[in-house]
This record gives sequence, C-alpha cells and structure tokens, in this order.
Amino acid sequence: MRTAIVDHSLDPTALLSEVAQVGNGAVLLFVGTVRDVNDGRPVSGMEYKAYRTMADRELGDIVREAAVQFGTHDIVVEHRLGVLGLGDASVAIAVAHPHRGCAYDASRYIIEQLKQRVPIWKLEHYADGTREWVGAAHQPGGEDV
Amino acid sequence: MTVTVLLFASYADAIGMSSLAVDLPPGATVNDVVDHVRALPGAHRLPPQPLLAVNERYARENHVLAPNDEVAIIPPVAGG
Repeated sequence: MRTAIVDHSLDPTALLSEVAQVGNGAVLLFVGTVRDVNDGRPVSGMEYKAYRTMADRELGDIVREAAVQFGTHDIVVEHRLGVLGLGDASVAIAVAHPHRGCAYDASRYIIEQLKQRVPIWKLEHYADGTREWVGAAHQPGGEDV
Repeated sequence: MTVTVLLFASYADAIGMSSLAVDLPPGATVNDVVDHVRALPGAHRLPPQPLLAVNERYARENHVLAPNDEVAIIPPVAGG
C-alpha cells in the first residue's frame, strides 16, 4: 500500500507495476482528469490545494479501510496538487486483487471516500478568465463563498 | 491557552487570512473558536455548521481543546 500527495505530474500506468503480483488476477487503474466543462461552463484549467498533512493522513486511512474491507494490500493512490491543464491527471488509483469484483469495489470505495473526506480543494479557471472554488457555492445552508 | 486556527480555499479568501492564533480560556471548545472566527470581517460567509478538524482529525463542535491544538475550518472538499 502506498499513498502520496504530490506536486508533479502523475504517471498513472507506472502505478500498475507496484500492485501487480502473480496471485492478482485483476489489476485496475482509475485516473481522474481535468474536464473541459463543469456545470455547463467552459473550463480552461484547475488549481488544486490541500490541507496537506491532514490530506495525507485521511488518504492513508481510506486506503487502510479499503485493504481491510476488500482484502488486498496491493493499492497505490497518488493525488496531484498545483495548477493542472485540461486532460491532466489529478488522481490515480491502482488496485490489484485475486478477483475483479473486489478490485472494482475497492477502487470505487477509495475514489468516493476521497471526494467526501480528503481536504483538497480545486479552484476552477474558466475560459472567460474568472475563477471559482468548486463546491463553495453549494454549501448547504450557507451563502455562496 | 492559545490554539492555531487554519482557514483554507474559499474561507481563507473570504476572511483574508489562512491562519491565526486565538487565545481561549481553559475548557474552551471548537465552537468557541468558530465564534471567534465569525467575528472577523468577511466571516459572515461561513456556513452555519462548517466542517471542523482538530490536529488533522475531523472533530465535533463540542470537542474540548488543549493548548497548542491546531483547529481547521474546512470548506466543502473537492478532491479527485
């Protein structure tokens, strides 16, 4: 198992060799990338920031939970911070398991928990030159921040 | 006692700072920190119940603080 919050570009396929073993019949790679449109607005790029020490800790917790729940220690997760362009990989999750079902379940668990719990924020850069923190306008019960 | 308060992303932008030191009486809770921050200019934009963490762990408002604790007020997260 390994997790990392990094400032450099990701090399997702390199993670596959870290999790592959002859006992693992399923090797799964999820890559999250910067999309060109969000909520109907053209996007030109994305800036990721984090509460870094807590993000490291929370991501580690999530992967340990997945290992226990789905029965594999062959998991590597990297999340990138900084300014990313369209199509750049922001997150890569590699999971290997003897069977595909658990590999898919573990990968899905990790990305969904990451999106709910890991203190990382993204400042969306729009094609019209404006910028906005993602999710800030949708805080339940609060004003738009 | 003194605790460190961290602000991030939209909250840091709204209040105009990313960290501050807050003096509190013994037995103070995370809620006392939030009340203090709410008195700052721009803080009216905080939601009624923001996500909170103490020493890098999510915490409840009634969590009792110790000297030198690090309290984070966490905007809606958006990783991935």
